[in-house]
This record gives sequence, C-alpha cells and structure tokens, in this order.
Amino acid sequence: MKTLPRYLKLIQNETEHFSREYNLDFFPTRFIVLDYKTMNEVAAFGGFPSRYPHWRFGMEYDRLSKSYSYGLSKIYELVINNDPCYAYLLEGNSLVDQKLVMGHVLAHNDFFKNNFAFAHTNRQMIDEMANHATRIKRLMDNHGVEAIESFIDVCLSLENLIDPYSVYIQRPSMDPEPDLGSTRIDSSRIHKFKTKSYLESFINPPEYIEKQKSALRDRIDSSHQLPPAPVKDVLAFLIKYAPLNSWERAVLEIIREEAYYFAPQKMTKIMNEGWATYWHSKFMTEKLLEPSEVINYADVFSGITYQAPGQLNPYKMGLELFRHIEERWDKGRFGFDYQNCKDLVTKKQWNKKVGLGREKIFEVRKHFSDVTFLDEFFTQEFVEEKLFYTYDYNKRSSSYVITSKEFKEIKQRLLTQLTNQGQPVIEVLDANYHNRRELYLIHRHYGVDLEIPYAKATLENLQRVWKRPVNLRTIIKGEHQILTWDGSEHTREKISIDAGI
Amino acid sequence: MSQKIDQDHARYKKIVKGKIKENLRKYISSGDLIGKKGNDKVSIPIFNIDIPRFKYSRKDSGGVGQGNGDVGDEIGKDPQKGGTEDGKAGDQPGSHALEVEFSLEELARIMAEELELPNIKPKGKKTVRTRKNKYSDIRKTGPESLRHFKRTFREALKRSIVSGNYNKERPLIIPIKEDRRYRSWKEDIVPQTNAVIIYIMDVSGSMGEEQKQMVRIESFWIDTWLRNQYEGIESRYIIHDTKAREVEQDTFYRTAESGGTMISSAYKECSRLIRMEYPLSNWNIYVFQFSDGDNWSKDDTEKCYKFLDEDILGKVNLFGYGQVKSPYGSGQFYHDLEDRFVETDNLILSKIPDRDSIMDSIKDFLGKGK
Repeated sequence: MKTLPRYLKLIQNETEHFSREYNLDFFPTRFIVLDYKTMNEVAAFGGFPSRYPHWRFGMEYDRLSKSYSYGLSKIYELVINNDPCYAYLLEGNSLVDQKLVMGHVLAHNDFFKNNFAFAHTNRQMIDEMANHATRIKRLMDNHGVEAIESFIDVCLSLENLIDPYSVYIQRPSMDPEPDLGSTRIDSSRIHKFKTKSYLESFINPPEYIEKQKSALRDRIDSSHQLPPAPVKDVLAFLIKYAPLNSWERAVLEIIREEAYYFAPQKMTKIMNEGWATYWHSKFMTEKLLEPSEVINYADVFSGITYQAPGQLNPYKMGLELFRHIEERWDKGRFGFDYQNCKDLVTKKQWNKKVGLGREKIFEVRKHFSDVTFLDEFFTQEFVEEKLFYTYDYNKRSSSYVITSKEFKEIKQRLLTQLTNQGQPVIEVLDANYHNRRELYLIHRHYGVDLEIPYAKATLENLQRVWKRPVNLRTIIKGEHQILTWDGSEHTREKISIDAGI
Repeated sequence: MSQKIDQDHARYKKIVKGKIKENLRKYISSGDLIGKKGNDKVSIPIFNIDIPRFKYSRKDSGGVGQGNGDVGDEIGKDPQKGGTEDGKAGDQPGSHALEVEFSLEELARIMAEELELPNIKPKGKKTVRTRKNKYSDIRKTGPESLRHFKRTFREALKRSIVSGNYNKERPLIIPIKEDRRYRSWKEDIVPQTNAVIIYIMDVSGSMGEEQKQMVRIESFWIDTWLRNQYEGIESRYIIHDTKAREVEQDTFYRTAESGGTMISSAYKECSRLIRMEYPLSNWNIYVFQFSDGDNWSKDDTEKCYKFLDEDILGKVNLFGYGQVKSPYGSGQFYHDLEDRFVETDNLILSKIPDRDSIMDSIKDFLGKGK
C-alpha cells in the first residue's frame, strides 16, 4: 500500500470541500492506491485487507483476475463501511476515473454514516475482520485446516438464514417459557367466575374446573414447544440449540456476525449506488471536470449507467429515482392537491416552485431502504417515463420473454424481488419434530419455488449442524411438500394443505 | 510479490483440480473441447463446488427489466438449456454445478498431472527466434485497415464540440484526417522452439465415424499437451487411403473418405515432408499415426518397414502408432510393427479399443517424455 500521491490528495481535498458545501456528512476517508493484483485481492476479500483463510476468496480472486486479464472487467472502486472509511483507487486509472471514484466514494461514505440501516453496524469492522481471521487461524492450528474449512463451508451455506430486521425491532424470544411444573398447577391460575362461596359449586362446577385445568396444562405444554414462535434467525437458533462443540459454535458465530454486517448493504443496494452516482455526477459536471475531460467522462458514465436487457442496473435506477424525487419535491408534485388533480395537462405542467427537492432526498437517504424506497417513490409516472417491463421464462422457446408493461405488475414484482434481500424466507418451526428431536423448517412461499438441487444440498449442510434429521416444508409446483434429509437419504413427502403449521 | 490471497487461491485450485481429475476421462473423451486453442477459455461445469444456499429458482421467478421492448419480445436465451431441473431431483443427492472457466493450457496441465506425464526435454538449441507483433498501441498514422473506430470518433467529437460545430439536434460527427487514430504494434521477440507434429490418419472405408472421432480426440489432446511443452509448435496433417496427401487441420478433422489402405503411401509423404522442410538437427519431430491396422498387402507392409528404417525412425523424437479398433479391420499392422521393431525405443505402439482408453493411450505415447 502506498501513500496517496499529492495530486490525488489535492483532488480529495477539493472533492471533500464540495461535499461539505452540499451538506454531505461523512466519516474521515482514507484513499489507498492499489495495483490491479492487490485490488483483485482486496475485492475477493469483500473489500477488506484481510479475512480468515477460505478457498472461496481464492475462487473469487481467480474469477476477477481472469476477467481482468481478458479485459472483461475492471474494478473501479471499493469502499468499506468503517470509521475511518477506507476506499481503494486503481493504480493507472485516468485522472477522470480517479476524480469520479472519489466523489462516488464520499457519497457512499455519507450514506453509510447516515442511513438508518447501517446504524447498528460495527464501524470498526476492519479490526473485527482481522480478529476473526486470527481466531479462525488459531482454530485451524488446533483442529486442522480441513476440518475448519469444511465446517466454514457448512456455515456459509446457511449464512442467508438471518433476520436482518431483528436489529431494529424487538422480536419475541425464541426461548421456551421457564418450566412451571405442568403436573402441579397453581390453583390461582385457574379461571373461575367470581361468586359467593355458597354458589361456588353451581357457578364453578367441578367439571368446569377440570376443563380449565386441562386447558391451562395444554397452554403451558405448548409454550414449552421450542421455539414458541417461528424463528427467522435460524443461525442464532442453531448457535443456541444445536449440539455444537465449542469451536463449531465459534465458527458459526463469526459467520453470523459477518452476515449481519453485510446485510444492510444488500438492503440498500439501489439507494446506495443511486446516491453515490447522483453525487459523483454532480461533483464532476459542476465542479471537478476540466473541459478536455468531458468526453472521456461521458464515456465512463454511459458505461456505469448501461442497461443490459433483462437486468436492473442499481446505479441507473437509483440515480433516476433520486432525480425523480428531487424534481417532484422541487415542483411541489406531492400531497393531496397533486394526487387528486384529475386534469392531465395541469398535472404534467405542475410546478409550485417549492424547491424542497434537495432537502427531500437527504431525508430519503436517511430513513429508507430499497423496499420502502421503491414502495414509496416508484410511481406510475416514473415507470411511464423510464420504460420498465416484467419478463418471465418461456419454456417453449427456452428464453426470457417480456410479459407485462403494467405498472402494478412491475411494482409488485420488484418489491417481491427485493423483499428479504431477494432471499427466500425460511423459519424454524419446531426443534422436536415428530417428537424425535428433528428440525422442522418452513419456507414461506410467496409465489416462487426454491431451486430444489440447492435446497437439498443445503439441507445436508443443515443436518451436519443439527446432527439429527432435518425437514423443510415448501411448495413445489403448487404442491405442499416436505423435503427431508436424514443423514443418508433424501425423501419427499406430499402433504395436504390443512396439515397445520 | 506474495499476497495474502495466494494461500486461498492455492486451496481453491487444489479443490478444483481434484474435482476435475475425478471427471477427467469424461471431459477428455467427450470431444466437446475440440477446436479450442491454448489460451481459449473453456467453461467446465464443476459439480458440488459452489456453496449451496436456499435460493429462488431463477426460471420460476423471472424479473423486472428496463428499456425498450414490447410484450412478447425475447430479451435473452437461457444459457443452460436442458440443465438439471427439478424434474429429476430425486436421483442425485443435492447435485449442483458451477461453470468454472479454464484455459485449455490449464486443463492440459491437469491432465498431465493425472497421467503423470513428464516434461519433454527438447533436442537442439532454442536458437530460432521469431518476431511477433502485438497490437497494443495507438498512433496518429497508420493504414486504414487498422483504424480504431471508437478512438477516432471520440477525437472527432471533442474537436467538433470545441470548435462549436456540434449540433445537439443533429449530432453529425465527421472525422477529419487529424482525428484518426490507428492501432499500432510493438515488436516482441519470442524464442521459438523448433518442433513439429505430423499426424497421419487412415481414412479408408473401414475407419468408421466413431473411429475417426476417437482419433480426433486423441490427436487434439496430444496436440494440446505438446503445445504446452513447446512454444510455437507446428502441426502437419496427412490423410491416406491408398494414396496420401497433406491436408489442412480442418480437413483432417472432417474428412470422410473411403477406399483401400496403403500405409506406405502415408510414410512416403511423411518422409518427404521431413526431408524437405524439417532438417533434423534443428527440429524436434513427432509423428502420430492412427489406423485400424488393416493394410492392403504384405508387400505394402514391407515397404512401410523400409520407410521407417531408412527415412523416419532415425530422425524423429517419437513415432507413435495408435490402432483404433474397428469392426472391419484385422489389426494386423500392430503385430507387424511389434514383431519388426521390438528393439526400437522411439517407436511406441498403442491400442485404442474405445473412447475410455484414449487417456491410457495418451499416456503410452507421452509417458516417456520424449
């Protein structure tokens, strides 16, 4: 790692100066210039200078290096949510590129610092990652590389089974109620109608008391069920209740902690990239660009916002949405009068010149995540202006085909895709399924099936943690089914819908 | 410079190598890779390497896109047509594949490792050097055929904006002479090892399509390995029935001829090639001959001995004779060579009864590091 050359330091100072003028609020930023090899290394590590030893970082490095040497891709920028914020610049990039990256990074930095989703993340994650690396290395020294690495594989296979929202709200406890002694029931807890003592045997006859007693017993029994309510943080549940030895538990805890650290970035991909692109474009076009650089900048910019068919480019979409919001609030296109304006011409020319746009986008960057961002601001006007569509797989032609251009369908699809960061929702229902200490999970099916070969392989890994058979309830081609892996055999059982949950 | 990632990278490579070795015979005997060159990327599905997760089935989910297009328009083909789908989910326990990219060279190395092929010690000195042009530079002058369109356009755009001629409504850009940019080259001198492989294939009527396919696959992998060992190797191809002729690689791999078999015709052509173009002191010469071993007559076989004795065996590093099994061929030629050249150590005989034995045959030929 080299210290930042003076000419880049000057650009950094200049960019930071403009950012403050625009009221961006960021952690101190350290820019580091890397050659492409080190850049690929750091990128393979997810932006961090060091991680625990694992082959998948090597795989990512292999992919990045090949793709770089074939000229297919090059990493422009990498930035870490940390205080101070670290960001990397690629050695040999043109000055235009470096300026752009610096602006982009500062806006990411502002987003990390201010967006609610990041409020609970560890701002000393660089140190924490290094600690994790040290701990895993020590475990490898004690228990062998193979054992630890293959258990990391198992944990990574489950790493998306977390509950990212649990850090913002109070979830019901996953522990069972303390044992109250189901045989001896405290008589004060039995429901009785209030009455005079001489009427007791008529108002609260013994049969009634008996009925109440058994109901109470059932209630207490069911509260002993583990977990009492479905648990979405499957990893936390496993850490607490799976029969793990101490190093297995330590590894699983590390994987879970890192998964929670990265979750907000997945929850805000569109917003975060949109915000960064919005600001670098502003800095470049209003302040930083030399006339001779304009064409080169335009060339790079068109690459960043390139839209391949069948994909959503978060840079482009986020940028366009932020600009759309800014325009709406600048022109006063919100609120009761605007919403209820029936005259299309008036609506189209609506401009109250209220100039609230800038203020609004800062508010949005603080309080929204991708799901709420799109739910609130992805409007019919926006869709009509920016041309969106939904597409589906067509079996007959083995290709993806545009199926709708309706606003409602598009928005519905988008929100479904973003819910739970695009991961299927899986919950623990029962840790004592069939009364045989089997694990029973449910896939909350919102219209899209699981990829079955992957689901089976994942169940195998889950069983390695739980040690007893594991069951997953899901829907496959419209049929409710339970997939089971008992450690040696996969089975599938169709069930009727009213089999209860 | 050593990097932290090196250890992870080495682990990954080891895992992938292990997976490939498990299935190497399948990759090699399938013949899908024929026609690729050393640095070409090859995508190979590696089973059970990526980390499985609960995830949505992509085919089922579709998505949202942005841009022009109407309902019913196709926006992309499915790259994995006919891949594993849910239908047969029962048979393979949790099988899932990831396409990993390799260069053919890497694959050749893995094959060599698996077959324990030694590196080859070339004879002669690496004296021949060739100049190679690399088009990695941009200049302001050059021939029109090398004009770099994008760079030229960019220069023209800049000029027209600066000079105020640019019209937003009618963005017409006309490059003038000063705008033009041309690709240009740098000269590299690369040492050239002086090696040639001569392939001889029997294309007589008794060699069926499957026999030819086996020959193609085997020569392809031999070629890949030798290319890995020598830089700038040359390949020559001879096909024969009762007459022999030299052909292009493409023809070699595609020809379907028929007729009788006179092997001596090919040997004659081969020795002519060596004599005329590859003076022995400088050249490492490899000859691989493939046939079903059904020569026309005893007389012709005698002629063959003569060519081998006088013109070929003394000049080549290695003469490999691979005999594929065909329903019509007698396979006599193998025995003839075996009896006659029992003492000759640069003549290697190998039988290739079916596709699965291609690997073993490659090992027969190249296992001695000649």
